[in-house]
Amino acid sequence: MASGKRESFDNPVVEWIDSRLPLFTLMNKEYGVFPVPKNFNYFWNFGAIASFMLITMIVTGIILAMQYTANIHMAFDSVERIMRDVNFGWLIRYIHMNGASFFFIAVYIHIFRGMFYGSYKAPREILWILGVIIFLLMMATAFIGYVLPWGQMSYWGATVITNLFSAFPIIGEPIVTWLWGGFSVDNPTLNRFFALHYLLPFIIFAVVFLHVWALHVCGSNNPLGIEPQDKKDTLPFHPYYTMKDSFGLLVFLILFCAFVFFMPDALGHPDNYIPANPLVTPAHIVPEWYFLPFYAILRAITFDTNLVMLGGFGLMFMPFFWNVLAMLVKQFAKMDLPRFKAMTPKAPFLIGGLVVAGAGFALSGLIPLLTDVTIIEAKLGGVLAMFGAIVLWIFMPWLDSHPVRSAMFRPVFKTLFLILVVDFIFLGYVGSQPADAMLVGLPLSIFGLIATAYYFAFFVVVLPILSVTEQGKPLPKSIHDAVLSQHKAAKAAKK
Amino acid sequence: MATKESSPGKGHKGETRRDFLQLTAAAFGAVGVGSVVWPFVDSLNPSKDTLALASTEVDLSPVQVGQSITAMWRGKPVFIRHRTPKEIQEAADVNVAELRDKQSDSERVQKPEWLILVGICTHLGCVPAGQKSTDPRGDYDGWFCPCHGSHYDSSGRIRKGPAPKNLAVPEYEFVSDTMVKIG
Amino acid sequence: MDNMKHAIRFFLVILALSPAMAYAAGDAPHAPEQDWSFSGPFGTYDKASLQRGLLVYRQVCAVCHSMKHLFYRDLEALGYDEGQIKAIAAEYTVTDGPDDEGEMFERPARPSDKFKSPFANEKQAKAANNGALPPDLSLITKARHGGADYVHAILTGYEEAPEHVELLPGQNYNKYMPGHIIAMASPLMDDQIAYEDGSPQTVDQYAKDVAHFLTWAADPYMEDRKRTGIKVILFLLAFAAVMYAVKRKTWADQH
Repeated sequence: MASGKRESFDNPVVEWIDSRLPLFTLMNKEYGVFPVPKNFNYFWNFGAIASFMLITMIVTGIILAMQYTANIHMAFDSVERIMRDVNFGWLIRYIHMNGASFFFIAVYIHIFRGMFYGSYKAPREILWILGVIIFLLMMATAFIGYVLPWGQMSYWGATVITNLFSAFPIIGEPIVTWLWGGFSVDNPTLNRFFALHYLLPFIIFAVVFLHVWALHVCGSNNPLGIEPQDKKDTLPFHPYYTMKDSFGLLVFLILFCAFVFFMPDALGHPDNYIPANPLVTPAHIVPEWYFLPFYAILRAITFDTNLVMLGGFGLMFMPFFWNVLAMLVKQFAKMDLPRFKAMTPKAPFLIGGLVVAGAGFALSGLIPLLTDVTIIEAKLGGVLAMFGAIVLWIFMPWLDSHPVRSAMFRPVFKTLFLILVVDFIFLGYVGSQPADAMLVGLPLSIFGLIATAYYFAFFVVVLPILSVTEQGKPLPKSIHDAVLSQHKAAKAAKK
Repeated sequence: MATKESSPGKGHKGETRRDFLQLTAAAFGAVGVGSVVWPFVDSLNPSKDTLALASTEVDLSPVQVGQSITAMWRGKPVFIRHRTPKEIQEAADVNVAELRDKQSDSERVQKPEWLILVGICTHLGCVPAGQKSTDPRGDYDGWFCPCHGSHYDSSGRIRKGPAPKNLAVPEYEFVSDTMVKIG
Repeated sequence: MDNMKHAIRFFLVILALSPAMAYAAGDAPHAPEQDWSFSGPFGTYDKASLQRGLLVYRQVCAVCHSMKHLFYRDLEALGYDEGQIKAIAAEYTVTDGPDDEGEMFERPARPSDKFKSPFANEKQAKAANNGALPPDLSLITKARHGGADYVHAILTGYEEAPEHVELLPGQNYNKYMPGHIIAMASPLMDDQIAYEDGSPQTVDQYAKDVAHFLTWAADPYMEDRKRTGIKVILFLLAFAAVMYAVKRKTWADQH
């Protein structure tokens, strides 16, 4: 960066600094004249909004940390002191509390936007993976942060989630004891959680920096999913997108403030206004809303996985494993494996056959007579499914090798993806309900299992199959062409 | 890295000695890093004051037949139930082969009238209800976990719901007829 | 524009769903909604009702229930002046010390003291109440689904138990309690507390006043919060409008 070309500035102070440390040149290059596709829609605001929320969380968090006491006997009271006695304490805490929710809203929209428009595809794989890492870090930070007020949900949420690690054989119990620093969630746990809750946001910040760096290397994707070819396709980031992002951010802030000022506790749980009590379990432990879809996946696995089922699941993953293997072999051994894609038109039958066989095996495993050999206990299965549900995102660039990025030109993908979004929201609903809830006369857990099955099927079955079978719509010649014809159509419609 | 740097000196006498020295240095480095990391990792394990509370004594004389008490041990609730003959009979009559976690009642108690359990659901660590006479006790006259609906019987064994294992039996011994030492 | 509509619609769906998810919990019978002066974005507390509610709390609830997050000085918000607050505080005796001899001593409470708790600790509170712990009331309306409606419903929801329900000694039947069995006996009856301002001396009115008071206790900054909120939202609306104009102008050469 330092050796790059430097601009000269008229302002002598700026020039003096820039000639010694070219900060202004860098800023101008990355945020001033940086070329950005001209056809973004408002979904592209959410990256900037998420960054704004991260800063908001860090600032309010540091101020809260100056008043908070990380001790099981004082934590709850110190939070109430912030709410009652500290000047504007109620405001700062409510911003921090609701800010977590709105940070997740922005990030969820940002993620699903990326999936819809194929932003994970080459050459943006690293950009995408960094994003998934940010999301995982955010989940860890939010979970740990929810423990700090030391209310009933704090305590029991921490107990339930840390206990997940005990599902792993042999190392599970020692890991949980190590995480707790004792034999239950207790003062040492609260203390280290506070330290980590302070640390993690800065790590997130660092990964966000890498995320933005990667973005500025390969440039943004756009709703059409085709790369900009020349200057006609792009606009300088400033003022076009600085202004558009600012407007979008303000609209977002209006909704955010509506929650902070008029329903600050609507997204929380009343039980967290009861001090933590290790001897009383709340009737119904629910995590924060942004964890609910994954919580539903955790709870959907109530059966032990036996050998036959495991084989069935393995078969369903075959096309994916083959894709990944082919990618690795190509990268490192410079050799082409025959890809499923290359085998069209037989491939769909092959993959379809695999899926049917796999599903058959998986279902046959439910018949206890066939085999009784438990490989993965229900509890571990649930934990693996829950983490797997997010880790799968990392592999999206290789699960979906369709050459067309944007769902606008992939009608089948588009429909099945929108079903996934609905499925995900439905999983959130399932996660919010008690374990024995009913829906239209059937146990809700059955719907949870079906929704979980669709979630995984979308990634490991639908994506690889569509990569091969879907005939995309014709792509426009360039971004400029598409925008121009859209304007013409709009003008014609007006007349 | 090592091969690249040593390539100009290929075939020279010093090569093997240099490789050996580099490997030794790397080994020292690895041992050093490992020894420095371990104290940091282990510092997060339970400390001496936590470990000191590893055992506790409970007086059983005030607990009437049919009553339960909850003692605290290592920050966990321990359920002590003075079982009624009916409960003991129910627990003994179960066909062990049909259980998810196959244990007979006699393996789980030292004295049949005293059932001592760690009161933490083996699913995800909630405290099952059933200690108070007013609590729901589930379908098997034992405990019911309100979190995810696990039913435990009058021997604390999992009978229905998502929990994989029976309620744990802590280490304990009867110091006298009415005094039990847990841990 | 179409895209923006999509974005906003998507956003609203998420927003609409999220509280529904958070609130979907709870199997308690629904507490009937009352008409509170503090509901809605412009709601404010009714000071007369707060003062009556304090009276109900002090004469009835405070026998068993603590409010340990409140200080006597907080009563300023109920419309009392310094002298009145001092007088209220002085009616309670608190333990202070140690003095120069190392002894703890009793003295009348001051405005800077916390509300005096009826019991020294949780164990004592349980022992005095058949093993049931009377919850602290400082945050009760935030800590229960339904808030003030729930408090009012519980206080007015006592009934004869239906025939199939067997009550043990120390248990009472309440139609709004989750599970219907509650350790607290019906605490209020008509004409139990004398109101000086001529308000009806009924269980319903007592329950409303004390629920009003407890809502304030849990959320003392509600009026500030809503007032600030209206200003902030108006400011942001105007700012967003200006920003939209700036954005339109910036993009004009592209359309």
